[in-house]
Amino acid sequence: MEIFNITGIIPIILFASFLFTGLAGGRLKPMVSGITGTLSIFIVTAVSYYTAYKYFFEFGKAGNEYIKIIPFNLMWLQFNDTLFINMGILLDPISVMMLIVISTVSLMVHLYSLGYMKGETGFARFYSFLSLFTFSMISLVISTNLFQTYIFWELVGISSYLLIGYYYSKPSAVAASKKAFIVTRFADLGFLIGILILSYITKTFEYTTLTDPNGSAINQGSSVLFLGLSAMNVTLILIFIGCAGKSAMFPLHIWLPDAMEGPTPVSALIHAATMVVAGVYLIARLFPLYIFSGADALNVIAFIGTFTSLFAALIATTQMDIKRILAFSTISQIGFMIMSLGVSGYGDTNGLGFTASMFHLFTHAMFKALLFLCAGAVIHAIHLNNLNEMGGLRKYLPVTHITFLIACLAISGIPPFSGFFSKDEILTAAFAKNKLIFTTALITAGITAFYMFRLYFGIFWNKEVKYDKTPHEAPKTMTTALIILAVGSAITGFIPFGNFVSSNGVPLESHIHFEIAIPAVITALVGIFVAYIFYKKENNLPVRVSSAVGGLYGIIYRKFFIDEIYIFITKGLIFRFISGPVVWFDRHIVDGTMNGIAFITNLVSEKIKYFQSGQVQQYAYVMLSGIIIIVITVIYILSNL
Amino acid sequence: MLIPLLIIPTITIFLILVCRSHKQVKVVSAAGMALQLIYSIYVLIEYLNLRSLGNIEEMLFVQSYQWFESFNIYFTVGLDGISASLAVLTAIVTFSGVLATWGLEYRVKEFFISLIVLSTGVYGFFISLDLFTMFMFYELAVIPMYLLIGIWGSGKKEYSAMKLTLMLMGASAVLLVGIIGLYANSGSGDNLTYNILELAKLNLPLDVQKFLFPLIFVGFGVLGALFPLHTWSPDGHSSAPTAVSMLHAGVLMKMGGYGCLRVAMYLLPEAANELGWIFIVLTTISVVYGAFGAIVQKDLKYINAYSSVSHCGLVLFAILMSNKISLNGSVIQMISHGLMTALFFALIGMIYERTHTRDINLMGGLMKTIPFLSVSYMIAGFASLGLPGLSGFVAEMTIFVGAFQYSDTFHRTATIIACASIVITAVYILRVVGKLLLGPVENKDYLTFRDAFWNERAVAVILIIAIAGIGIAPLWLSDMITNSLNPIILKLRSF
Amino acid sequence: MIENIGIEKFVILSTLMFFIGVYGFLVRKNLITILISVEIILNSVNINFVAFNKYLYPENLQGQFFALFIIAIAATEASVAIAIFVTLYRRIKMIDVENVNKMKY
Repeated sequence: MEIFNITGIIPIILFASFLFTGLAGGRLKPMVSGITGTLSIFIVTAVSYYTAYKYFFEFGKAGNEYIKIIPFNLMWLQFNDTLFINMGILLDPISVMMLIVISTVSLMVHLYSLGYMKGETGFARFYSFLSLFTFSMISLVISTNLFQTYIFWELVGISSYLLIGYYYSKPSAVAASKKAFIVTRFADLGFLIGILILSYITKTFEYTTLTDPNGSAINQGSSVLFLGLSAMNVTLILIFIGCAGKSAMFPLHIWLPDAMEGPTPVSALIHAATMVVAGVYLIARLFPLYIFSGADALNVIAFIGTFTSLFAALIATTQMDIKRILAFSTISQIGFMIMSLGVSGYGDTNGLGFTASMFHLFTHAMFKALLFLCAGAVIHAIHLNNLNEMGGLRKYLPVTHITFLIACLAISGIPPFSGFFSKDEILTAAFAKNKLIFTTALITAGITAFYMFRLYFGIFWNKEVKYDKTPHEAPKTMTTALIILAVGSAITGFIPFGNFVSSNGVPLESHIHFEIAIPAVITALVGIFVAYIFYKKENNLPVRVSSAVGGLYGIIYRKFFIDEIYIFITKGLIFRFISGPVVWFDRHIVDGTMNGIAFITNLVSEKIKYFQSGQVQQYAYVMLSGIIIIVITVIYILSNL
Repeated sequence: MLIPLLIIPTITIFLILVCRSHKQVKVVSAAGMALQLIYSIYVLIEYLNLRSLGNIEEMLFVQSYQWFESFNIYFTVGLDGISASLAVLTAIVTFSGVLATWGLEYRVKEFFISLIVLSTGVYGFFISLDLFTMFMFYELAVIPMYLLIGIWGSGKKEYSAMKLTLMLMGASAVLLVGIIGLYANSGSGDNLTYNILELAKLNLPLDVQKFLFPLIFVGFGVLGALFPLHTWSPDGHSSAPTAVSMLHAGVLMKMGGYGCLRVAMYLLPEAANELGWIFIVLTTISVVYGAFGAIVQKDLKYINAYSSVSHCGLVLFAILMSNKISLNGSVIQMISHGLMTALFFALIGMIYERTHTRDINLMGGLMKTIPFLSVSYMIAGFASLGLPGLSGFVAEMTIFVGAFQYSDTFHRTATIIACASIVITAVYILRVVGKLLLGPVENKDYLTFRDAFWNERAVAVILIIAIAGIGIAPLWLSDMITNSLNPIILKLRSF
Repeated sequence: MIENIGIEKFVILSTLMFFIGVYGFLVRKNLITILISVEIILNSVNINFVAFNKYLYPENLQGQFFALFIIAIAATEASVAIAIFVTLYRRIKMIDVENVNKMKY
C-alpha cells in the first residue's frame, strides 16, 4: 500500500528531533528544543491520525476482515537464510490503535511540559529524551518482527532509565532509575531467551508467519518438548516474563512506584500510558500463538493479571504519596488488561477479552495520563507530594479539579465515562471464563473507586491547608493538555471499539452487558461512597479503621515487604554470597595459584643458588668430574654395544 | 597491498627517532597513525571492491616471501574479511590511543616507539598467513607491553608488568609447542609447512589434533582471558598507562580470539568438536565470573578489566559454539568490544587525570562538571550492556542466536547461563554510572574541572562514531564476516 | 729424525701436559699460576693438533692452522686475563683465586 509509505516518516522525524535536540540543544535557547520537539510530535500525530483514518476506513479491510499491511520491511541484520532481523512497519488494528494512543498522549505531554518543565536545567535534554522515547515506543508498536520489538523494547527501557534519572543530582532518582532498568532488564532476559527458543522452534522472527493461525509456526510449535514441558508453553511464559517486567506485573512490579522519581510528565507518558502497556501490547501481538499453542501460558497470564490488580489496588489504598497512589493504580489497571487477555478466546464473541483489553488500554491511556498530568499540576502549584499535607485545592485549581474528577469517574467505571465501557467488557469476558477471576476483578473495581476518590477528596476537599504561597492554576499550555485529555476520557467510551479491534480482525459488535454493568457500577458507587465518608471532611475515621486492622494495615502499607525481599536477595544473597566469594576466589585461589607458581620458582632458585659459590676452582672440579663421568658412561655404553 | 601496513609504522618509528622535541614526537606519531588508519580503511574498501567484483578466493592480496629456507618459513600475508576488519579496528584504537596520550611528558620518544612497535606486531599478526611469522609478531606485540607497563605504568607496575609478561610468555611457550607440532605433522620429509592455507587442506589424524588443540587453544586463550588464566588482565590493565590499556584490552586480547578462530578451530576442527565442551564450560564460567567479579570492584580499571574478561569470554564462547552465526557474532564482538573498551579506558584515563583517583566511592556527580566525558562514558557503558543501536547489542545478539541453534541440554544450559551475563553487566555498569557520574557533586574541587580538550574530544568522537556506526547499520559488517567464514565453516562441518 | 718418533710419544706428552695443567688449575691459588696452567692445557692441545696433522693427514694443513689460532687466542686471552688481574690487584691487593668470589649468587 503506497499510501502508507508516509507512515515511514514518523520514526525518521522523531529520531531527527532526538539527535537535533540532544546534540545542538545545549547550545540553543531551551525553548527552541521544546518547540522543535513539540512540533515534530505534532507532525507525527497528524500522520498517525491520517494513517489510522486510511487504514480503518479505506484500505485496511480485505472483505470483512482487517488485514496486516506491511508498507516496507528492510533487512537490518541477517543471521542465516531464515533468521534475519528486519526493520519495517506493520499496520494492523492494534498497531494503528497504539499509534494513536502514543502520539496523542505524547503530544499532550510535550505540550504540557512546555509549561511544567519551564526553567528546569536540562530542558533540551528533557525534550531530547522524550523524542527518543516516543521514537522507540512508536517503532516498537509498528515492528514487523519479534526482534525489532526487542530492539525497541530495550530502547524504551533506556529512555525510561534516562527520564526517571532526569534529576540526576538526586540520589533517590538515580537509585530509582537504576532499579527500573535492572528489574526490567532481568525480565528482558526471559524475553530474550523466549525469543531465541521461539526462533529456534519456528525458524522465524516475523509476526506475519508467527501469528498466522493456520501457519507453520503454530502447527509445528506445539509438538516440540523442552525439558519435558511443551516448549511453546515454556517459551511463551518466558516472553510473558518480559512483558511482566515492562508492564510491572507481580512480582516484577517493584520498579514502577519508584519510577515516580522522574518528572511528572514522564510518569504520565511512560509509566502510565504507553511504555508500561508494551507488555500488554506484546501479548496481544502474539495472541494467536498464545491461544493455539500456549493455553497453559495464557492461564498463568490470567491469574497473574488478576492477582496483580487486586494486590496493587490494596496497596494503593494505604499510600500517601499522590504519584505513588497513581502508580499502584496503574499496576492494578494493567493487571486488568493482562487478565482480560488471559481469559480471552479467539474469534467472534469468544475474543471479547482481547477487544476489551485493547479498549481498556486505550481508555486507560487517556484517563491515566490525565490523572498524572493533574497530579503534576497540583505538584506544580504547591510543590508537595504528600496527601497528608494537602487539601481544599478545589478553589485554587478549578480546571485541574474538574478534569481530575472526570478522570476519577472514568477510572472508577461510572457511566458514561470511557472507563465504564472498557471495564464492562473486561468483566463480561472474565465472567464467561472463570467466576473466581470475575469476583476478584469486581472487588478490585470497587477498591479502585475507593482509592481514587480517597485521592480526589484528599487533594481537593478534606481539610483546608494554609499554603506558604497561594496556589495558582497552571499555565495555558498545561491546562490545554488537561482539557483535551479530559474530553478524551469522557467520550472515547462511545467508540464502537470492537468494530475496529478484535482478536481475529473480523469486526465484533459490542453492546453493554447490563447484567454485568449494574453490579459493577453499584460496587464502584459503594467504593466512592466509602471514600466520601472517610475523606470528604477531615475526620478521624481513617485512623480508627487503620488502627483497627493494625498489623494488616502495616503489611499493606509496607507493600507486602516485596521491596525488602528483593533487597535481601540482591544485596544479601547475590552481592554477599556470589560476587564477594567470586572476587575472593579470584584474588586468592586463581591468582594465588599463579602467584604460588611464581613463589615456588623463587623459592627453589633461592635454595639452589648456593651451588653458585663463586669459587672458580670448585666449578672446575665439578666440571671435571662431570666430564669424567660422561666419558666413563660413554665408554661403558660403547663397549657394551 | 598489505606490506605498507607494516612499513608505515616502521617509517614512523624512524621518524620519531630523529625528532627533537616532545611536540614533534607526538605530531609525527599521530600523523603516522592517521596515515595508517586511512590506509587500512583504503585496504578495507579495496577488499570489499574485489569481493563485490566476484572474487571468491579465501584470502586476497596474498604475497609470499621466502624467509628461512631450511625450515620452510615464509613471510606470507593475506587478508580476509575477519582480518581486514580487525586491522581497521587496530588502526582506530592505535590512533585514538596516540591522541589520548597527548599529555605525556616523561620519556615521550621511547613511549611512542614502544607503542607503535606494539601496534606493528598486532598488524603483522592479523595479516600473517604463516604460523611462524604469526607467532613472531605475537611476541613482538607482547614484549613492548612489559616496558610500557613497567616504565610508564602506575600503582604496583613492576609486579603487574612482570605478571603479565610471564603469563603471556608461558602461554606462548605452550603455543609454540602447538605450532611446531602442527608443522611437524604437516607432511613428510621436506614438504613441511607453516602456511595456514596449506595446513587447512590437510586432515590431521584425530589423536594428533587432540594433542595439539588444547595447546593452541590455551596458548591463544590466555591472551583472550580464558578462565582461570585471566588474572594478568585485571592487574595489567589497572597498572598500564591509558593508551596501553586501550590497545591491550582493545586489540591485544582480540589476538587471542583471532588465533583461536584461525588456528585452533580452523586447523584442528575435529578436536574442536571433541574437546570443545571442556572449553565451553571454562568460557561460560569466564563470562559469568567476570561479570560477577566486576560488580564489587571499586577501582574503575578493575571493573573494566573484569568486564573485559566477561566480554572476551563471550568471544571464545561464541568461537566454540562453532556455527556460522556464532562465529560471525564472535568476530563482531571482538570489534565491538575493542572499540568500546578502548573508549572506556581512554575515558577512565581522562577522568583520572582530573580526579587523581580511580576509586568510584570517592567520586560522584561528574555529569555536572564534565558533561562531555560523562556522556561519552555513559555511551560506552550502554554499549557494554548491549543497548540496541550500539555495537555491543549486534554482537551479543548474533552470538546468542548462534548459540541457540543447538538444542541439546548442555549447549542450551551454557547458553542460558551466558545470556544471564547481560543482566549482571547491566548491574555493574549502572552501579558505576550511578556512583561516578550521577548524584550530587560532593567534592568542591570538582567544580573547577575543565571538560574535554580537543584531543580527548577527538578520541571519544572517533570511537563513538565507530560504535554507533556498527550498531545502527551492522549488515555490511556481518555480511563481510559471514562470507569470510565460509571456509572455516566448511572445515568444521566436515565432521 | 721425526720419523723415528712414534705418534704415541706425542700423545703421551700432550696427555701429561694436559693433566699437569688441570692439576695446576685445580689446586693452585695464585691466579697467575692458574693462567699458566691454562696455557699448558692449551699447548697440550696444540701438540695434539700438530702431531695428528703430521701423522694422519700430512697432505692437509688444518691442524697447523688450528694450532696457530690457538696460540693467537691464548695470547689475547692472556693479555685480557692479566689486565683483569692487574685491576683486581689494585682493588683488593691480592690475586688469590679464593678471594675473587664477588659475583656469586
